[in-house]
Amino acid sequence: MEISEMQAVIEAVIYVADDPVRLEELKEVFPKENPETIEQALQSLIESFNSRPGGMLIREVAGGFRMTTRPEHHEQIRSYLKTRPNAKLSMAALETLAVIAYKQPVTMAEILAIRGKKSTSALKTLLERKLVAILGRKQVVGRPILYGTSKEFLIHFGLKNLSDLPTLEEFAQIAGEQL
Amino acid sequence: MESGDEHNQCMNPQSEDAGITIRLEDFEGPLDLLLHLIKREEIDIWDIPIARITEQYLDYLQIMKDLNINLAGDWLMMAANLIYIKSRMLVPQESTEETPEDEQTDPRTELVYQLLEHQKFKNAAEMLYTREEVENAVWNNPPSEILDDGSEVIAVTVFDLLRAFHEVVQRFDAQRVLEVEPEEITIEQQITEIRNRFVVHDKLLISTFFSEARSKRHLIVIFLALLELVRLREVWLYQKRVFGEIHIKKVKESG
Repeated sequence: MEISEMQAVIEAVIYVADDPVRLEELKEVFPKENPETIEQALQSLIESFNSRPGGMLIREVAGGFRMTTRPEHHEQIRSYLKTRPNAKLSMAALETLAVIAYKQPVTMAEILAIRGKKSTSALKTLLERKLVAILGRKQVVGRPILYGTSKEFLIHFGLKNLSDLPTLEEFAQIAGEQL
Repeated sequence: MESGDEHNQCMNPQSEDAGITIRLEDFEGPLDLLLHLIKREEIDIWDIPIARITEQYLDYLQIMKDLNINLAGDWLMMAANLIYIKSRMLVPQESTEETPEDEQTDPRTELVYQLLEHQKFKNAAEMLYTREEVENAVWNNPPSEILDDGSEVIAVTVFDLLRAFHEVVQRFDAQRVLEVEPEEITIEQQITEIRNRFVVHDKLLISTFFSEARSKRHLIVIFLALLELVRLREVWLYQKRVFGEIHIKKVKESG
């Protein structure tokens, strides 16, 4: 198959998909093609797609690729869709989420130790919004629940994967400068 | 404000009469107040004037009490901790031969590390906040009711489900599995179990769950758990043709 045709198919697949399309899924779309060729086709598609002055972008999110609008057009799009911005997470919820994201798998007691306050309702919100998932139970006395972030978390914050997060050391450095 | 009930014991009984109580812990906690005081007073975190900070901390506690703000136990624990550190600072530590003066632990050290750790995660939360802003400004194509493979699907009715379930039970009977599993799983546990699966998967075959049943009772529990999840609109069931295999798909929130 011609590279250009392959790229056209990949573009269409990314367009119709509900979820970010993973590279492995694309390999299933082209069973006869060399996986390396597919990857190269994808990369150059993203490059040319994103460099054209169009309204859409292909972005890597949660281990896959998805097509989104450009952030700079949000006002016009919102006025067309007649939607209001999504309810944002409270600072308490974001802090709890930050602890979970960096310390996972983590228990409630460990979250309490870092935040210095109970986080029951923040955690409830995070579970309801499916940003946090229950990973299991810690094999210690009382078998406390272990929490971790979900795929929804990556999507919500536009992260490729967990290692896409800045390191904690960077925040420690900033904290040292602030105090 | 979010409504929570636990850890909301009244520390101030009059607040009930006043009709309004404010719960602070959803927003800020004792560590946030200390950080606020340290920044405001431009204090060197490695040399916190503990007496002054303790006094200011207690002043704030009094203000919050006056305002009928419901204080969780964490606030009092921190107050006690500060007073404890203050008292240890007043008592000169004996320098013995084993612990020369410069190696003595400063009673404030633990608190300093706690504050730095807390500030670190506050910064991480700021980063998440910014990312959320950006993500709120982009849209992806709206999810459709068509499957990823574009094939048309048939919504499954309760009757389809019952038929499928009946088949499974019959097959199960034919297998004559010995019921040796003493542990009985509840519907609630089963629901959690299924939810956990859908953290990783988007689509699963209904038979995946049924094949894991260890007893007839467990089969029924799985069946009821699935029904409940359908009712809660967390999953939807479909088949690609009449009498076909039943698939479970996670319902995505519109985003």
